[in-house]
Amino acid sequence: MSTAPGAPVIQVRGLEKHYDVGAETVRALRGVDLVIERNEYVAIMGPSGSGKSTFMNLIGCLDTPTAGEYVLNGHSVAALDDDHLARVRNREIGFVFQTFNLLPRSTALENVELPLVYGGLGKKERRQRATEALKAVDLGDRLDHRPNQLSGGQRQRVAIARALVTRPSIILADEPTGNLDSRTSEEIMGLFARLHDEGQTIIMVTHEPDIAAHAERVVMLRDGVIESDRRQVPVPAGTEWIGARAATAAALSEG
Amino acid sequence: MDIREAVVIALAMIRANKLRAFFTVLGTVVGVTFLIAVITVLKGMDAYMKEDFAGKMFGYNTVTVRRVPQEGGFNDDARRRAWRRRPRLQVADAEWLRERLQTPGTLAYNSNGVAPVGNAAGKSVKNAWIVGSSASFFRIRDYELAEGRPFSEQEAERGVPVVVLGHDVVRRLFPGVRSLGKTVRIGGYPYRVIGVLEKQGTVFGQSVDNFVVAPFRSPINGSMYRYDVAEEISFKVPGQNLVPVAMSEMEGLMRIRHRLRPGAESDFAVETSESVLGFWNKISRFLIIALPFLVGVSLVVGAVVIMNIMLVSVSERTREIGVRKSLGARRRDILVQFIIESATLSGAGGVIGIGLGLLLAALVTAVSPLPARVSPGSIVLGLGLGIGVGLAAGVYPAWRAARLDPIVALRSE
Repeated sequence: MSTAPGAPVIQVRGLEKHYDVGAETVRALRGVDLVIERNEYVAIMGPSGSGKSTFMNLIGCLDTPTAGEYVLNGHSVAALDDDHLARVRNREIGFVFQTFNLLPRSTALENVELPLVYGGLGKKERRQRATEALKAVDLGDRLDHRPNQLSGGQRQRVAIARALVTRPSIILADEPTGNLDSRTSEEIMGLFARLHDEGQTIIMVTHEPDIAAHAERVVMLRDGVIESDRRQVPVPAGTEWIGARAATAAALSEG
Repeated sequence: MDIREAVVIALAMIRANKLRAFFTVLGTVVGVTFLIAVITVLKGMDAYMKEDFAGKMFGYNTVTVRRVPQEGGFNDDARRRAWRRRPRLQVADAEWLRERLQTPGTLAYNSNGVAPVGNAAGKSVKNAWIVGSSASFFRIRDYELAEGRPFSEQEAERGVPVVVLGHDVVRRLFPGVRSLGKTVRIGGYPYRVIGVLEKQGTVFGQSVDNFVVAPFRSPINGSMYRYDVAEEISFKVPGQNLVPVAMSEMEGLMRIRHRLRPGAESDFAVETSESVLGFWNKISRFLIIALPFLVGVSLVVGAVVIMNIMLVSVSERTREIGVRKSLGARRRDILVQFIIESATLSGAGGVIGIGLGLLLAALVTAVSPLPARVSPGSIVLGLGLGIGVGLAAGVYPAWRAARLDPIVALRSE
């Protein structure tokens, strides 16, 4: 991928997506414009029905827009067919899902290797890169564990390693802490913050303000358009939990 | 995604779900089992008929003239009546042929009867085959003698009452006792034992050693068989290439002997061991044609079952397919994965079928006189069919999987 280093990683112009539901046409997205620069940490928020899932599917190249322009890492991807989209997903996007979506019968290492299998890498290089990615999420000692032998937080870290292993342009996380307790959520947010510090572009879809608070930019969607787009000072990961413990301690001492 | 990897994944899937996998491929297993068992037994029969049976009963490279054909087959009454009107072959015909045949070889004649054979010790064999033959008969049948000697041309010519006993007859008349030089009674006539034959073995589980051979013109002539009537005139040539030459020469000479006009039907039959095998060839050809049909039915049923289970598997693993697609799997990757999985599953069924088929063939051989012979071709065919059924059955489910929308697939539970 030869792209000027200064160019934005995502450029979206006039993005629309319509669904035909019976005789009616639902306009899930009604013209979204958005530019995301390299190494940004963006949270996309919005109530259900705001079009945030639709937007995420388009950004993730799982779907194509009805109208509008989408340039990902210098390539126009709005009109690609299935197999080309698959290639773009493989090279440019690292997905992190709410439910982790690991293959249950495969080990952590095999799960992380999977995108490289579809990328056409040889076995030796796959193994090496997957091992590195798992070490990067502090799971170097869990390579041969299957998902059911790992905790929720560990599973999500395997999923993050799987997203990282192809060195994608963006990490696209869909409610990454939705299935985790608050303590593990903080752990994952801490990992995201570290990846961001290392230069990774992260886009996170969430409906939890606590989680969105960790991003440096929050985009609000409502009724298929961007309602607000503001920058913020991110809350450092871990403080929330410390704060909660302090509050509990205070409540206990009062009682 | 390379194929080896897909096979490894498929094998892991099978291991994780052994029982279901087994029932899925039951159709393949049954089909291939049938195929292997039937082909193995058929091949064994074929080899047996051609190498053993034909050799033992008719001799190799031997052309035989008979009044009616020995070859089996379905013949109507009219033909049977026509056969009965044919003139019988005479010893004189055999001698006439021997003088005129140009093709090198050995000529012999014989007739057969059934009679009790007894000895002085009061032991007897009830229904022994009594063969009256020329001295050359021993050379035609490749009979080996365990003891003694065959009768000579002179003994045959003069009709000396000497006899060579088959293995079974010796065993029953002279158990543990020397038989050479002893006297046996054949249909009341005393014969001196001069030789004992090697054991011939069995044909279809029936012993072929319950017989004796004596000079044609000895006292049994006219009592065991019609006087001077030769049932068979056999001519053995030194090489297989001479068999057709000998056949046409025999045919031509016999037509002259019987004064047949050109165009008239021959009133005798000229046969070789190969032509006697004609009936067997008809049966085996029928089985070979019917077999693919039988196997085909179970494989088609097997394919339908595999297809259904694969469809279930695809819908159970919709989420997995979504995940794979999100990670960059193209349609082709998913298609190949499921087709390979199906082929591996069914191929494993084929392997089981080959094992069971060979086992079944071994079992058939153990409990029946049917022989078996493993043919490498049938094993390759069985494995190929197993894999092929899986490939065919996997196409539609794999196509369904490949064209799943990743968004819908990821959302499924």
